[in-house]
Amino acid sequence: MTATATSSKTWTEDVLQADGPVLVDFWAAWCGPCRMVAPILDEIASEHQGKITILKLNVDENPDLAMKYQITSIPALKVFEAGEVKKTIIGAKPKVALEQDLATFLA
Amino acid sequence: MSKLIIIGSGPAGFTAAIYAARAELSPVLFASSVEVGGELMNTTEVENFPGFPEGIQGPELMAKLQEQAEKFGTTVRYDDVTALDLSGDVKRVTLGNGAVEEADAVIFATGSAYRKIGIEGEQRLSGHGVSYCATCDGFFFRERTIAVVGGGDSAMEEATFLTRFASKVYVIHRREELRASKIMQQRAFADPKIEFVWNSEVVDILGEDSVSGVVLRSTVDGSTRELPLEGVFVAIGNDPRTHLVHDQLRLTDAGTVWVDGRSSRTSITGVFAAGDVIDPTYRQAVTAAGSGTVAALDAEHFLASLDDAGALAADADQIEELPVA
Repeated sequence: MTATATSSKTWTEDVLQADGPVLVDFWAAWCGPCRMVAPILDEIASEHQGKITILKLNVDENPDLAMKYQITSIPALKVFEAGEVKKTIIGAKPKVALEQDLATFLA
Repeated sequence: MSKLIIIGSGPAGFTAAIYAARAELSPVLFASSVEVGGELMNTTEVENFPGFPEGIQGPELMAKLQEQAEKFGTTVRYDDVTALDLSGDVKRVTLGNGAVEEADAVIFATGSAYRKIGIEGEQRLSGHGVSYCATCDGFFFRERTIAVVGGGDSAMEEATFLTRFASKVYVIHRREELRASKIMQQRAFADPKIEFVWNSEVVDILGEDSVSGVVLRSTVDGSTRELPLEGVFVAIGNDPRTHLVHDQLRLTDAGTVWVDGRSSRTSITGVFAAGDVIDPTYRQAVTAAGSGTVAALDAEHFLASLDDAGALAADADQIEELPVA
């Protein structure tokens, strides 16, 4: 399962008003570490279906959101709950480390 | 059990894999889960790798090296190595998922990791204006004032690259001359957006939620001053990645894995090392590749001697068995 893309247009509906936690992967095509972490996030999404929604946001195509959330380093993973950022993870990490960081949302 | 395990997926690891695979050693290469391809994955144009007169993008070069290694029979696995036991004849490699893999020989080519300045603000603001990767993060500093800390080739490359985005790039360096190669220096000196701040070290990085400036201390008279800016790219060098082996293999004073002369033989038989992890001096893609070649040839020689010893032992067994028969 590949994470669905979100965008400025659908942001409110997809992320801010969503039920349950939503992890947004801020990424870009030119970012090597983003390419490494994407399949790991896909695995986490499939293994924890129903617990967390994982979406991708292309920062090149959505610079307004990248600026709003003060993204200065990617990949940046932000977990939203009830419209608020509950957790930020910066940089690509191995699956085990990501699962630890996200433990409260995956339980 | 494998004959040969290679740890690392930079130019040293993949070149070792190409040679070992062509020698029919069926190497298994552990490439890590998120750092596949090593340091070149974070560079743009590589202009000094022989055979590419037009230059080649770092990630593309690494993809080609991997393709070449796999073509001849290397198994590439995207697992992280978390522990090594090199003490016995059988070398044991523990992976991130807890599995243990075994081999007769290991080539250790884990490269190096970027060095941190080691000040409080650096850690706190990492990812909030402090970065170690210009190609990853430069995009977010459009029309901003930023600094690159360092005086080597990678600092010059980052500074020059960052002028695409930033309105102003300071290069902060402790001395008044650069270690960088002449061509990289000239490019940086000629760039109107780059300003050099000589004889200065960064002693603090300021800012609450994001970087607002740095505190500089003069290496000449010790005076300090603040320089307002919005991003800091740290490029002050690399340290060999030896944490998996530092208590098993002999290291040099420079912190690299010790090898015997011009060979790749480490202090443990059957364990070979290659690339930046043994090289405190040159640290080029092509020297790492050459070093990987040496390691593959040394490993091949070692494995052949094991086979010979095995054949002799088998002969000996047969001789002993004769009187009984």
